[in-house]
Amino acid sequence: MAHIEFADVCVDFPIYNANGRSLKKRLMQVATGGQLGADQQGRVVVRALDGLNFSLNNGDRVGLLGHNGAGKSTLLRVLAGVYEPSSGSARIEGEIGSLIDISLGIDAEATGRENIYLRGGLLGMTRAQIADQIEAITDFSELGDFVDMPLRTYSTGMHLRLAFAVSTIVRPEILLMDEWLSVGDEGFKLKAEARMNELVGATKILVIASHSRELILNTCNRAIWLEHGKIRMDSDPQTVVASYFG
Amino acid sequence: MILFGHENPAVADITAACKRHQLVAMLGWQDVRQRYRRSALGPFWLTISMGIMIGTIGVVFGQIFESPMTEFLPFLAAGMILWTFVSSILTEGCTGFISAEGIIKQLPLPLFVHILRMVWRNVLILGHNIVILPIVFLVMGKAPALTAFLSLPGFVLVVINLTWAALILAVLCARYRDLPQIVNSALQVAFYLTPILWMPKLLPKRAGLYLLDLNPFYHLFEIFRAPLLGEIPTVSNWVISILLAVVGWAAALAFYGMFKRRVAYWL
Repeated sequence: MAHIEFADVCVDFPIYNANGRSLKKRLMQVATGGQLGADQQGRVVVRALDGLNFSLNNGDRVGLLGHNGAGKSTLLRVLAGVYEPSSGSARIEGEIGSLIDISLGIDAEATGRENIYLRGGLLGMTRAQIADQIEAITDFSELGDFVDMPLRTYSTGMHLRLAFAVSTIVRPEILLMDEWLSVGDEGFKLKAEARMNELVGATKILVIASHSRELILNTCNRAIWLEHGKIRMDSDPQTVVASYFG
Repeated sequence: MILFGHENPAVADITAACKRHQLVAMLGWQDVRQRYRRSALGPFWLTISMGIMIGTIGVVFGQIFESPMTEFLPFLAAGMILWTFVSSILTEGCTGFISAEGIIKQLPLPLFVHILRMVWRNVLILGHNIVILPIVFLVMGKAPALTAFLSLPGFVLVVINLTWAALILAVLCARYRDLPQIVNSALQVAFYLTPILWMPKLLPKRAGLYLLDLNPFYHLFEIFRAPLLGEIPTVSNWVISILLAVVGWAAALAFYGMFKRRVAYWL
């Protein structure tokens, strides 16, 4: 049972300029009794998310819509547990999987095989689990003997295929994505599409940020439109897409 | 007590990180392996340069202090190897979270994983550097002492102490970015204040009180180095090192518990 409950979630980013980050300035501020600190106490804060309230349950396929800077990525990061809300509470029950940056943690000097272990480990798999899956992963990525070559010898496409093959092997209860993953040439694309559908089908809650009208309509059964960190609209995809894309 | 209960986010984070020991081990190895890529000797290059430095300093300072080489060189070698380990953990501790920014901002991994990874990487590098010691013993024709086994628990205690310090530094440096420079200078001072280049017995009695008894590095060095050289650390060396670990970890847990949730915001 996966469940997400957001109550009045706000996320404020403090903006530290060079002054605010310097310990010396901070100590001086104490020593001078706050006179110097007049401008520094008025610390600039950017409110990325502002009073979000929603709850997600099993079977929810949520599309996040919104312009750049509307707070989609920040919301995904709060869901991933990267940021804890500055105020309000975010209760997240269920194992989280993030496919936001599938190349993260990949080492160009290491071989494909080593990278499978590395990436798999970062995604929370044990060595034994990866060892069980490694055949399937290398077959899927169609790398053949290249799997034992350093990654820097790979083409961009091969690199992405490897990252895709490992990253989509996990089956989390809550899946977070920033745009749909689509990699490779025509043949591979079909396979990747099937894998993605399977992955999304197996997950209990999907949250995907996207700018694609088709994706939201085809994949999601609920859409949340963020604007300036607030929920502008939270409804079924047809309604939200209609007003968002106008 | 809330400090050690599961209500403390620090305790939860650290236990979760310890459960990921496989990942920590793999990432630490990966860091060391990167140094081996396209280089047959890899991290041994550092060992070689350290060996040369120990040899040079040994000859010069051995003459100045008029210490017999068979005594001074093993002392210097053990001290320099441990100092390299201590100072890299503390300086790399400063960038412990900063350098892992990419992972921290994307993946829900316990933050303490990044500290453990850094400590483990340095333990592996120490494993490379330690080969200097038997070579020095061999060249000096000195037989290793049986007490050397005692340096193992000493080493564990040193690592436990360094880990809490690295954790606190990692949090502080994520917030205050000029702190690593201060830590660097402080380490340089500590290097000269701690008996590494000079032997404690050369010190006049009064100065010894300040430079040795009040210097935490001295006690940590003794519990590792003395057994290697065939001496047994004093009880006070052990007691102070253990006390330091207990007090340090209590402080680190309280501090980390307070600021853990802010770390991602500061990066």
